[in-house]
Amino acid sequence: MRYSAFSVFLNALRGNKGWKPAWRSPVPKNHYDVIIIGGGGHGLATAYYLAKEFGVTNVAVLEKGYIGSGNVGRNTTIIRSNYLLQGNNPFYELSMKLWEGLEQDFNFNAMVSQRGVLNLYHSDAQRDAYTRRGNAMRLHGVDADLLDRNAVRQMLPFLDFDNARFPIQGALMQKRGGTVRHDAVAWGYARGADMRGVDIIQNCEVTGIRRENGRVVGVETSQGFIGCGKLALAAAGNSTTVADMVDMKLPIESHVLQAFVSEGLKPFIDNVVTFGAGHFYVSQSDKGGLVFGGDIDGYNSYAQRGNLATVEHVAEAGVAMIPALSRVRVLRSWGGVMDMSMDGSPIIDRTHIDNLYLNAGWCYGGFKATPASGFCYAHLIARNEQHETGRAFRLDRFARGRMIDEKGVGSQPNLH
Amino acid sequence: MASLIACPHCGPRPKEEFTVRGDAGITRPAPDAGEDAWYAYVYLRDNPRGRHKEHWHHTSGCRRWLVVERDTMTHAIYKVTDASAPGETA
Repeated sequence: MRYSAFSVFLNALRGNKGWKPAWRSPVPKNHYDVIIIGGGGHGLATAYYLAKEFGVTNVAVLEKGYIGSGNVGRNTTIIRSNYLLQGNNPFYELSMKLWEGLEQDFNFNAMVSQRGVLNLYHSDAQRDAYTRRGNAMRLHGVDADLLDRNAVRQMLPFLDFDNARFPIQGALMQKRGGTVRHDAVAWGYARGADMRGVDIIQNCEVTGIRRENGRVVGVETSQGFIGCGKLALAAAGNSTTVADMVDMKLPIESHVLQAFVSEGLKPFIDNVVTFGAGHFYVSQSDKGGLVFGGDIDGYNSYAQRGNLATVEHVAEAGVAMIPALSRVRVLRSWGGVMDMSMDGSPIIDRTHIDNLYLNAGWCYGGFKATPASGFCYAHLIARNEQHETGRAFRLDRFARGRMIDEKGVGSQPNLH
Repeated sequence: MASLIACPHCGPRPKEEFTVRGDAGITRPAPDAGEDAWYAYVYLRDNPRGRHKEHWHHTSGCRRWLVVERDTMTHAIYKVTDASAPGETA
């Protein structure tokens, strides 16, 4: 069924009894052309674009939990394409363009809200660095505006401009950045893929990968063996666990990242704002809750929960930026498992096995990349050739010295 | 991560006194070991889901480097030893 104002009206007249589940719950077939391991945002987007753009519809997405149970439902919903480096910038801008047309494309309300992302700067050196970043963005055709202190004060009068240690001097703003309803992204892609014939199989954990003559022939799962022509990994924080099944060692560590939401407040913060002196980012959801987060906890973890020390640190950074936050009560905090790569950038590539593909290493920037990641990965799987915007995300870039180290901190995954 | 780390020198101390460095299971290769060995040392990680050995520094305590063996799934700590103990130095 196509969703529209008319369908809402018609179903209202019929007592809302005509709505169908947004996707089926099929019994797995014996064989698929493509199996995608991981029904998160990236796996579902890949299936969607495989079916829609590349005509590959005999596809299964295997998800060990339920759709939306992983990082796609655990992030702070921010989208932006304010990247400096050449390998990153065109890719994230492709993602931004796909976000801009996404709701019409998959006929689902994902609440894409281009409310603007502001990165605050607190010193002359930081202003120069942001000027450079803004110029790099504009050279790539991305919008960027450098705001001075007064311009920021007019937009966000509640910030602590005269903070003794980190006074706010201005901000780099990307007006097209913003937020998206994260669950709706998973649901929209799942529904769009399902409508085109993709089987989404939930509660189906992959326990092994069967190989014959150096090629993958299928996967062992909690619902039995399923054969496949091509196998695509999109397991995010559990990438290492899946790669272990084919004896592939990855340049990845799994770390926990926490996020928080406050009680509902009246409209307060109109944009996405990030603190330049620490790591803190905040926006206000449509329900009124402040959604915010900070750095990863810093140690390897597969547990979807973190430590109180990080909670305290995030709260301190938040109050340093917006003193009024000190009286806001936090409703919930949660953790997600991040596949931190060694240079802070992702991997979309072929592997040492002919028909096995890898999509991993999203660190904690995976949500904003969902559409472009799905599109490039689908391109790679369908045509066996990388899409032009994803060419830098090679698995062998570490061995070849072609790192994409946006933050410039070297091969320390807990620093990215 | 557990809230307490039992430092072999100072006893059980809050985790906040310690700083994590990373995987203690990797061994620095010889200078002439070749590109593959150095690539593996710098970039590849076992990243286990379960038992894992890590270097932690007791920054706000005895300032010794420790090897903490713990579970990355349950956060339980199995063993803490000084990094210079026999068999612990990677």
